[in-house]
Amino acid sequence: MLKITSSFMSLALGAGLLAAGATTANARDRITIVGSSTVFPFSTTVAERFGKSTKFKTPIVESTGSGGGLKLFCSGKGDQHPDITNASRRIKPSEVARCAKNGITDTIEVKIGYDGIVLANSRRSKLLNLTLKDLFLALARNVPDGNGKTKPNPYRTWKNINPTLPELKIEVMGPPPTSGTRDAFVELAMEGGCKSFPWIKALKKKDKKAYKALCHTIRSDGAYIEAGENDNLIVQKLEANPTAFGIFGFSYLDQNTDKIQGNTINGIEPGFEQISDGSYPVSRSLYFYVKKSRIGKVPGIEEFMAAFTNDKAWGEEGYLSDKGLIPMSEKERKEWAGRVKKLQKLAM
Amino acid sequence: MTDLFTKVTPELKRRLRHERLFQWMGRSAIFIAIAFLLVMVGTIASMGVGALRQTHIELSVFLDPQELDTARLYDADYGRLVKKALRARFTEVKKRQDKRKLYNLISSQAEFTLRDLVVSRPSLIGQTVKVWFTASDDVDMLIKGNISSSTGNTQRRIDRRETRWINDLIAADQLESRFNSRFFWSGDSREPELAGILSAFAGSAFSLLVCFGLSFPVGIFAAIYLEEFAPKNRWSAFIEVNINNLAAVPSIVFGLLGLAVFLNTFGLPRSSPLVGGMVLALMTLPTIIIASRAALRAVPPSIREAALGIGASRIQTVFHHVAPLALPGMLTGAIVGMARALGETAPLLMIGMVAFVADVPNSIFEPATALPVQIFLWADSPERAFLEKTSAAIIVLLCFLVVMNLSAIILRRKFEKRY
Repeated sequence: MLKITSSFMSLALGAGLLAAGATTANARDRITIVGSSTVFPFSTTVAERFGKSTKFKTPIVESTGSGGGLKLFCSGKGDQHPDITNASRRIKPSEVARCAKNGITDTIEVKIGYDGIVLANSRRSKLLNLTLKDLFLALARNVPDGNGKTKPNPYRTWKNINPTLPELKIEVMGPPPTSGTRDAFVELAMEGGCKSFPWIKALKKKDKKAYKALCHTIRSDGAYIEAGENDNLIVQKLEANPTAFGIFGFSYLDQNTDKIQGNTINGIEPGFEQISDGSYPVSRSLYFYVKKSRIGKVPGIEEFMAAFTNDKAWGEEGYLSDKGLIPMSEKERKEWAGRVKKLQKLAM
Repeated sequence: MTDLFTKVTPELKRRLRHERLFQWMGRSAIFIAIAFLLVMVGTIASMGVGALRQTHIELSVFLDPQELDTARLYDADYGRLVKKALRARFTEVKKRQDKRKLYNLISSQAEFTLRDLVVSRPSLIGQTVKVWFTASDDVDMLIKGNISSSTGNTQRRIDRRETRWINDLIAADQLESRFNSRFFWSGDSREPELAGILSAFAGSAFSLLVCFGLSFPVGIFAAIYLEEFAPKNRWSAFIEVNINNLAAVPSIVFGLLGLAVFLNTFGLPRSSPLVGGMVLALMTLPTIIIASRAALRAVPPSIREAALGIGASRIQTVFHHVAPLALPGMLTGAIVGMARALGETAPLLMIGMVAFVADVPNSIFEPATALPVQIFLWADSPERAFLEKTSAAIIVLLCFLVVMNLSAIILRRKFEKRY
C-alpha cells in the first residue's frame, strides 16, 4: 500500500513540478490574431492556407468580437499581446487613443471586403419587398405617432405597417446585443429607416441622446426574438417556422440557399454584386489591423498580409468569396494592396 | 390471535400497495431517464456517423516537367496541375463560370496532396499518375444525401450540371466513399472535409494532465492536513466553509482569475494548455479536497488507534495506514472533478483557448484548444458539413468521459479494501 501511495504521489508531484517549473516561455514564433466573429471564418481560412503553403506556423485566431479584439490589441506591444486584430467596423478614435497610450502608434489598417446583413425566411413562404422604414417600424420599441411624438410600437402584423405587405405576424429572430451583427443591423437598417422621418432627422442635431434612444432601441414585446449568437440555429428555426424571419450575415444565406431566401430591402436583393457595389443598404466593411512594430519580431507577418491581400484570396474568384466574403472592386483592392505593400500607417 | 390478524390484514395490504406503488414509480423514473439518454445519444450518433466516411475522387494528373522545376519542387503551382486534370476529365466545360464550378468538386487540399506526392517521389515527374483526392464538402454532402436534389436549379448549392458530373464520376468508378481517418489524425480546418479532432483532443489531454498534476497533490495534502492535523477551531471552520463555497463558484470566475494572474501577472503563454490546466486545477481543487476529506473520514478510527498504539508517530499513522486506505476514494474524487473540467469552455474563453488552432500541439506550451471548444466552434460554422463533424466531436468527448469514469471505477475496485 505504501508503495502505491508514494508512486502516485511522485507521479502527481512530478507532473505538478513540470507544470510549475516552466514559467519562462520563449519568444513567440507564430502570429496571434484576435477579433470579430464575422471576420473569423475568413481570417482562419487565410491562416490555414498560409500554414500549409509556407514554412511558417499556422497563426492562432481567436474569436473575441470586434470591440474585445481591439481592446486586447491596444493593451500592449509585447509578446503576450496579439499582433493582428480583426474588426467588422472601423477602429474608433477612442480606441486609437487607447493604443497610443500603450505605445502603439504604428497600426496598419487593411480593408478586406464587405459583409451584408440579410433578412431571410424559409423558401416555403413568400418573399417580401421591404424598405428600411418598414424594418424600423416593425422592430423599434417606440415609433412615431404621426404628430411629431412617439408611441409604443402598436404593430402586430406586416400589413399594419404597409398595406402592400401580407397579413403575417411580425416575428423576427436575430442576434443579442453582444453581437457585432446586431450593432451593424441597428446602425444601418434601424437608423436608416428611422432617419426617413424628417422630424427625427432634425432631432439628431438637437438631442443626439433622444435620437439614439429612439432609433437604436429594439422592441422587447416578443416580436423580436433574441436567438443567440449561433446563426445556424436561426437557420434551423426558420425552416421549422416558415412565417418567421431571421437576421444574420450573408455567408449563412449563401451556404443555405436551398432552405432559405433573402428578402429585398429598398428593392435591392442581397447578392454578391449588390453588396459589393454598395447598393444593398445593409452592408458593412470588414478590416484587420496590424502592429507594424511586430514585423520582424514574429516571423511571417508581412507574408501573411501579402497572402490575405492577394487576388487568389480576396479577389472576385478568390477562395474567400467561396466562404461568403464579398470582394471590393478591383480599383479598391489595388489601392488597399498598395497601402499594405508600403506598410502605410493608419490615418483617421 | 385471529382477531388481531383480521384487524391487521387490510392495513398490511395498504402498506404493501404503497410499497409496490413506490417501486413502480422508481422504475418508471429510471426508464424515463434511460429513454431520454438513448434518444439523445441516438440522435447524436446517427448524425455523427456520417463524419466517419469521406468521399474521394480519382483523377489522372499529368506531372508536366515544364511546370515542375526540380530545384524548387515545394513551391511549384500544383493547383494548376489539378485544375488541368479536371479540365482534361471534363473536356466539354468551356465557360469561365462553369470551370469554377468544376474546380469546386475537389477540396482545396488537392494541391497539397499532389505536392507531398511529388516531393516524396520526384521520379514520377513526366508521367501521368492516378491520384485519389478528397472531394469538396458539397459533393460529400450530396453523396451522403444531406443536400436534397429535388429543389429548383438556382436554389441548390450543387446544380444539375454538377450532379451530372458527379454521376459521371460514379459511373467511371472514380468516386468512392472511404473511412475518414483524417478526422482522427489531423487538426482543425476551415474546410469541413479536412477538419479533424486531434488538435482539440491533444489540447484537452494536455490540459487535464496539468490539471491533475497540480490539483491532485495540492488537494490531497490540503485534505490530509485539514482532516488529520488541523486543530478544530473557528479558523478551520472558516476555511471549510470557504472550500465548500469555492466548489460552487461559476467556472467563468476562475477564467477571469486566470487571465488576471497567470497571463497578466506571470506572463504565461496565452492559449496554452499549461494555463488552461492551471485554471481548471483551481476549479477542481475544492471538489478534490471535499472528496478526499470524506474518504479520510471513512477510514475506521480503529486503524489510527492501532497504529498509534504500537508506537507510530502521527505522520507515520497517516501516510502508512490511513492515506493508502483512503486513496481509492481520493482518486475517484479527483477523476470526477476532472471529468467536469473536461467539459468546461467558459474558463477557457478568457485565457484564449477558444481559438482556431490548426496545428496539433506537441507540448503544454504550444497554443491549443479543447474538445468542448471545438464542438462550439464547429456548431457555429456556416458550412453545413460541419453539422456531422459537431456530432462526431460530441461522440469523441463522450467516449473520453466514459474512459475517465471507467478508470475511476477500475482503480477504486483495484485498491479498495473492505472490512
